[in-house]
Amino acid sequence: MTYPRLLVLLTLALVALFIASLLVGVADMPISDSLSALFGGGEGPLPMVMREIRLPRALLGVMVGVSLGLSGAALQGYLRNPLAEPSVIGISASAALGAVIALQSGFAALFALALPLAALVGAAICVLLILLLAGSGGTLSLILAGIAVSALSSALTALVLNLSPNPFAANEIIFWMMGSLADRSFLHVWMALPIMAVGWGLLALTGRGIDRLTLGEEAAASMGVNLKHLRLLLVGGVAASVGAATAVAGAVGFVGLVVPHILRPLVGARPARLLLASALGGAILVLTADVAVRLILPGRDLKLGVLMALVGAPVFFHLIWRMRGRS
Amino acid sequence: MSLLTTQNLTVRRGARVTLDHASLSVEPGEMIGLIGPNGAGKSTLLRAALGLIPAEGDSTLAQMSPTARAKAAAWLPQAREIAWPVSVAHLVSLAQNEREDAPEVLAALKRMDLLDFADRKATGLSGGEQARVLIARALAQDTPLLLADEPTAGLDPAHQIGCMETFAALAGEGRSVVVSLHDLGLAARHCTRIVVLSEGRIVADGPPREVLTEALLAEVFAIRCHIAETPEGMVLHPLSQVKR
Repeated sequence: MTYPRLLVLLTLALVALFIASLLVGVADMPISDSLSALFGGGEGPLPMVMREIRLPRALLGVMVGVSLGLSGAALQGYLRNPLAEPSVIGISASAALGAVIALQSGFAALFALALPLAALVGAAICVLLILLLAGSGGTLSLILAGIAVSALSSALTALVLNLSPNPFAANEIIFWMMGSLADRSFLHVWMALPIMAVGWGLLALTGRGIDRLTLGEEAAASMGVNLKHLRLLLVGGVAASVGAATAVAGAVGFVGLVVPHILRPLVGARPARLLLASALGGAILVLTADVAVRLILPGRDLKLGVLMALVGAPVFFHLIWRMRGRS
Repeated sequence: MSLLTTQNLTVRRGARVTLDHASLSVEPGEMIGLIGPNGAGKSTLLRAALGLIPAEGDSTLAQMSPTARAKAAAWLPQAREIAWPVSVAHLVSLAQNEREDAPEVLAALKRMDLLDFADRKATGLSGGEQARVLIARALAQDTPLLLADEPTAGLDPAHQIGCMETFAALAGEGRSVVVSLHDLGLAARHCTRIVVLSEGRIVADGPPREVLTEALLAEVFAIRCHIAETPEGMVLHPLSQVKR
């Protein structure tokens, strides 16, 4: 399959799933009514459901998926490791810690965007720590710094849960950490979109560099790649996009790991081409999972992150199985 | 005009000095063999000259921006890394902004006898074939200077000779090649100039016949050699270790 054809197919699938996401929900409504309510507007509950609940949910699905897929592809390219995913540099764990502290302290209840804002602060602190720790060392120092920051964030999150005097707060924290797109509004879209867009822009600029990194750091540098700039673009881009994604959706794993893995053979394994393909693929996967959680157990609030792990882990088993077969 | 000049290039790793005030100048048309025992500082000299590792002293290449340096010199590292199963043509075209039909890319593929491999996955090739692909990538950069770290390591004799002949041909076209080598026979036969490193210092620099003497080889490498002039040119054979 040629690269342009792959992009067209992925885009068509994305559009189809976006429409599906708009049409699936607790309130069972005829398709024609739903669409006319979405585009025509008017009074009553139907336009409200379509415009204020389902549209932001579908948009957030696309945004979160693009962020996770793109970040995963960029990180795998930069680290030259198919096992890398956004969580390796600790952004998601730190964003989660910010959110958990906000939930525990009651800050999250003060105003609508308090929780995502706290998560973004967590992500920002994580970036500073990583850049400080990893300095100008190679990719290994970046991974080690990420693991260290991630471990610290997880430990502090556990500490907050541990010391939580109120079981309801602890419960709320655990549910938030499972990741979900339910009950989000346009406020979340408008908060996350500009930050994610900056992140996507930074990651899009890594293409040339990560393509050359196929030959290793020294060869890439000798071909004119500025490794320090590349690392800043990468860490900044992953932090902005994944930090914002975690802030609005909680922790959603596996997308950044599995999507680049599946799409790599279809783009001739070229890291730069994998960026756009994985962004589209990530959006497709998150929308699919978010439609699935509404169909599988309607009314039970199955969490997106839980379903993703349930589906993602077997896909991963399969990949390992295939890899074993090849070697 | 020199393609590369280093002045008192010094590299320290902790308290140890791995490169000690190395001064070197590379002129167009030279094929320079960089020789020395393990740990003498051959790779360190090449990488410090390119500015890939921090060093004291001056190097004309290290002062350039990465983009300007990429036009001035190509670098073939010793580690043969190919991270993803991309096609040979794509890998070589990385040196030319991914234009797989660029004349420099096609010329490099042809020169390394790789035209039939262009669509194959680079990771599926044998070690020797991969080495040729990586040499082709460096050639496709089309620079006046090529620095190569042990490019013949792991190649069969025919491809070792082929590699050295390719580099010698580049020098014949007015470019320059600096190549670190462990094979003293290849160095003696194919290089126009030999630079000898020992414990981080340049201890000899000149034409092979002047530099590669039994006394120097015994002193620097602790080996006894057979050196002979034949109709094919200079021949050098290591024979035995010398007790010091």
